[in-house]
Amino acid sequence: MTLSEKILAAHAGKTKVTPGELVNVRVDLVLSNDITAPIAIKEFKRIGIKRVFDPRKVVMVPDHFTPNKDIPSAEQAKLVREFALEQGLVYFEVGRMGIEHVLLPEQGLVLPGDVVIGADSHTCTYGAVGAFATGMGSTDIASAMASGEIWMKVPPTIRFVYHGKLSRWTGGKDLILHTIGAIGVDGALYSAMEFTGEAVAMLSMDGRFTMANMAIEAGAKAGILGVDDKTIEYVRPRAKRPYEVYEADKDAEYARVVEYDVSRLEPQVAFPHMPSNTKPISEVGEIEIDQVVIGSCTNGRLEDLQITAQILKGRQVHPRVRCIVIPGSQRVYLEALREGLIETFVNSGAAVSTPTCGPCLGGYMGVLAAGERCVSTTNRNFVGRMGSPDSEIYLTNPAVAAASAVLGKIASPEEVAD
Amino acid sequence: MKLTGKVHKYGANVDTDAIIPARYLNVSDPDELARHSMEGIDAQFVKRVAPGDFIVAETNFGCGSSREHAPVAIKASGISCVVARSFARIFFRNAINIGLPILECEEAVEVTQSGDILEIELETGEIKNITRGRTFHAKPYPEFMLELIAAGGLVEHTRKRLKARGVVR
Repeated sequence: MTLSEKILAAHAGKTKVTPGELVNVRVDLVLSNDITAPIAIKEFKRIGIKRVFDPRKVVMVPDHFTPNKDIPSAEQAKLVREFALEQGLVYFEVGRMGIEHVLLPEQGLVLPGDVVIGADSHTCTYGAVGAFATGMGSTDIASAMASGEIWMKVPPTIRFVYHGKLSRWTGGKDLILHTIGAIGVDGALYSAMEFTGEAVAMLSMDGRFTMANMAIEAGAKAGILGVDDKTIEYVRPRAKRPYEVYEADKDAEYARVVEYDVSRLEPQVAFPHMPSNTKPISEVGEIEIDQVVIGSCTNGRLEDLQITAQILKGRQVHPRVRCIVIPGSQRVYLEALREGLIETFVNSGAAVSTPTCGPCLGGYMGVLAAGERCVSTTNRNFVGRMGSPDSEIYLTNPAVAAASAVLGKIASPEEVAD
Repeated sequence: MKLTGKVHKYGANVDTDAIIPARYLNVSDPDELARHSMEGIDAQFVKRVAPGDFIVAETNFGCGSSREHAPVAIKASGISCVVARSFARIFFRNAINIGLPILECEEAVEVTQSGDILEIELETGEIKNITRGRTFHAKPYPEFMLELIAAGGLVEHTRKRLKARGVVR
């Protein structure tokens, strides 16, 4: 069995599962946010049960339109807060929260071998710690909140092997954008993507979260990495409960194996309006921009901010550009503050915000006007994703985003950094 | 049940931001969401759509976010069924869970154009294109899905299971 199959089999109480099989699995964590929880709560109440199956395993994070952007958002956040407090759920208030997929691993709430489901498509992020994690809708979440179980079809696994060492300004974002560019936005539809190889082994945990995060952008059900020393080093001080480390069998069957030599991979840029519309930075040409967003569940971790600061230190954001930097959690914010990164951002003329998903989905904190172009470290560049249907989004890693902020056009970090 | 209506056809990878832009997700009322259904890809859709109409689309319909608001908005706008070559997996689950009929049928999508009149028999998966005089058969649902639909959706199905265990009365 593959890594995903092993985790699903263990949670279904079976010795073996095969792709295509429908199984009922026990869930270790059930997540929702201020947009998806209100519907989940409504459906949960319709089931007719009074309490969630286990309040320690149900998490609600208000992060999309919080701090509340308008009255309807405030009403939704209030509904979620009241339900979470009444049920005694794991809940993070503004000022203590973070973007859910930055926050949960950081708090040790998702661990190797877990099955995690969340009413947010980027729940697949937790594959980076060796969990089987997947996004679902609010009604599925309501059902799991009531029963502690969910039905799933066991996905086939596609194994991606990345050979070689990455060059200086490339990272997890470039590996995943390159992959989505190669296989398309439905290239891994209904499958689990398993990421392996030298380049992945060398990535920091932050870089691995970025990779697993965007598996959904290839249509995948999950993105998952094997557990190694780096994973254990990350997880051990955070975990507050036991966990189990699973490994793929030597004779595991994969739907296919895809191999890339990434030793010459350049930073990737996904052009409007699909994450699969990628080009290496050297082929981008002259594209002037109006805004840069650095943050999100994809690239809002400490390493992302450290890279951003390396580029911005001693430089100024281009006069025509708004550069918005959003630490992914309060802990990331505090670390960035201690390391002097926040001072660097402010000195260079960037705006720094409290953690929020805000601009990534065109909610608030950086909505685009018609005709505007944005370089963003987020995950989707669909038509109108960040605002006007006539705006454009270019997805990049934080180094390219920061260099673009300085030069006022999409730029390679090489053009700016020493 | 036989459904009859006019077709609104779209291409591949219609994403959830096209179906219901996130700026409208500060509410979850179906009628409110329906006013912005398909706005990201077709601002005129809500003016043209009539109760019972169909959406027909190419591959990977509903890709992107997990927002259940997407099938809710489509259903509340009057669409009676979505036919596509394939669906994104979260959208597929959500549509079944909220009771928006969806069918996968490559051949029907190939032939059908905007404005065509279809007749769809959900029980058999038969899709008749009246305008072009052709009949197609959609991919059948897996047995478990039929069980879910027969139970009246996931909420009912879950209640039944919990009742059997004595957790819910």
